[in-house]
Amino acid sequence: MQYMLLCCFDEGRWAAMPEAQKCQVMQEYDEFLQSIVKSGHFRASAKLHPTSLATTVCEQHGKRMITDGPFAETKEQLGGFHIIECQDLDEALAIAGRIPTLRVGGVIEVRPVVPPSER
Amino acid sequence: MNLGELHRREYGRILASLIRMVRDFDLAEDALQEAFAAALAQWPAQGPPQNPVAWLITTARHKAIDQLRRRALADRTRDNLAALVAPEEDVPVPLDWLRLIFTCCHPALAPEAQVALTLRTICGLSTEEIARAFLVPVPTLAQRLVRAKAKIRGARIPYEVPEDDELAKRLDTVLAVVYLVFNEGYAASFGAELVRADLCKEAIRLGRLLVELLPAEREPKGLLALMLLHDARRATRTDDEGAIVLLEDQDRSRWDRVKIAEGAALVVQALRGRPLSAYAVQAAIAALHAQAPSAGETDWRQIAALYSVLVGIQPSPVVELNRAVAIAMADGLEHGLALLDTIHLPGYHLLPAARADLLRRLGRHAEAAAAYRQALALVTNTAERRFLEWRLAEVTRPAS
Repeated sequence: MQYMLLCCFDEGRWAAMPEAQKCQVMQEYDEFLQSIVKSGHFRASAKLHPTSLATTVCEQHGKRMITDGPFAETKEQLGGFHIIECQDLDEALAIAGRIPTLRVGGVIEVRPVVPPSER
Repeated sequence: MNLGELHRREYGRILASLIRMVRDFDLAEDALQEAFAAALAQWPAQGPPQNPVAWLITTARHKAIDQLRRRALADRTRDNLAALVAPEEDVPVPLDWLRLIFTCCHPALAPEAQVALTLRTICGLSTEEIARAFLVPVPTLAQRLVRAKAKIRGARIPYEVPEDDELAKRLDTVLAVVYLVFNEGYAASFGAELVRADLCKEAIRLGRLLVELLPAEREPKGLLALMLLHDARRATRTDDEGAIVLLEDQDRSRWDRVKIAEGAALVVQALRGRPLSAYAVQAAIAALHAQAPSAGETDWRQIAALYSVLVGIQPSPVVELNRAVAIAMADGLEHGLALLDTIHLPGYHLLPAARADLLRRLGRHAEAAAAYRQALALVTNTAERRFLEWRLAEVTRPAS
């Protein structure tokens, strides 16, 4: 079963963090990623630019609209994601619990991916 | 044993085994329902089978296979049915029961869903019974169950007892659910509604099973002790009209001595070893109350000391409030009153109520009346309101 880990954090808080601490977190992040590649859980990953570079497309009254910024103004913003292969939710939660940004206020949403056979 | 009683006692254990065999909550539930229906139709005429539980498991398993067969015919993609259903066993396995409760109380489920699912699957209460007990509309409760089961299936919440280091954390959630069920029944017993008193019984039954199946864990013992010691006094907490009777005025001869003895023995075990659990300390306090021959002989000093320990484990203004009251009783009312003034608990009626009570005991009636009025402005429970009004009348009555 595949799970997507949606990694969210407060961009403002991240930007305000001392450079040394950011480096430390990023280094731990590399180690985390290597470890899930090695353990065979890793399927895909992406790191996103901040929401200041986001553009939202939607349709209103049949008209295509393009707006600057993310689709929802929230305290935490999506900063990246991972797709991992796990036995069950507990295994996915255990891996999510090792993500280094958790210690600097990050939150991880864990969502099961619909298998191709059920799409 | 009649069928109703069998349903009450064995439903959760049988269901737990069936869920493991068929790996599907709904399928297992439907199959067990059908098996009970078959029993209801056959047993009265033919007499009950020698081993009713084994009969129910076997019958339910066959019903589940029938159901799977019908589904397979419908979608034709599944041909190997036997592989879908684990080999037959006709004895409930205790481990299955534990697996089921850990699944029902998985932290990935909302707390109200954990409670509903536990009562529905482990205790075998009907959706209507649970809805009535928690004062929510039946469709709301049914929806809660459907969503919880969909999440178990869709997100693949495992059907397993967690491993050692996870066990303690996950056990906390299980115990919290059990205690919530108990409190719901206990707090509501003012209303003397039978369904809700049943919640206490169910919670105690769950507590007993956890103690039995996790003998190495101390926390379930503490919780069971706490529930037994509270429940032992349940009948004397209200009078015939449903009005509150305070601990000091309760008829101690009507307390359930068997439950108190059982609870007290469990407290001793629960207090062995460190760290102490909040349940064990609360149970120790309840045991001191329950074992005092009279209200006047209550060991308030010891109780105050235990509340100090509890503040360390579970710091909260409510615990500090209780500690202040115990200190008032042990070391003097003024002392307790001064402590109460340091507690910040806006909107909580029991803080002014406790102040009022200490002031009343000190004979400072005008101040007591003001505090009772503050408490009355915040209280929501009808029985508690009546009690506070009665006290207010008492302290405002002209001296004779």
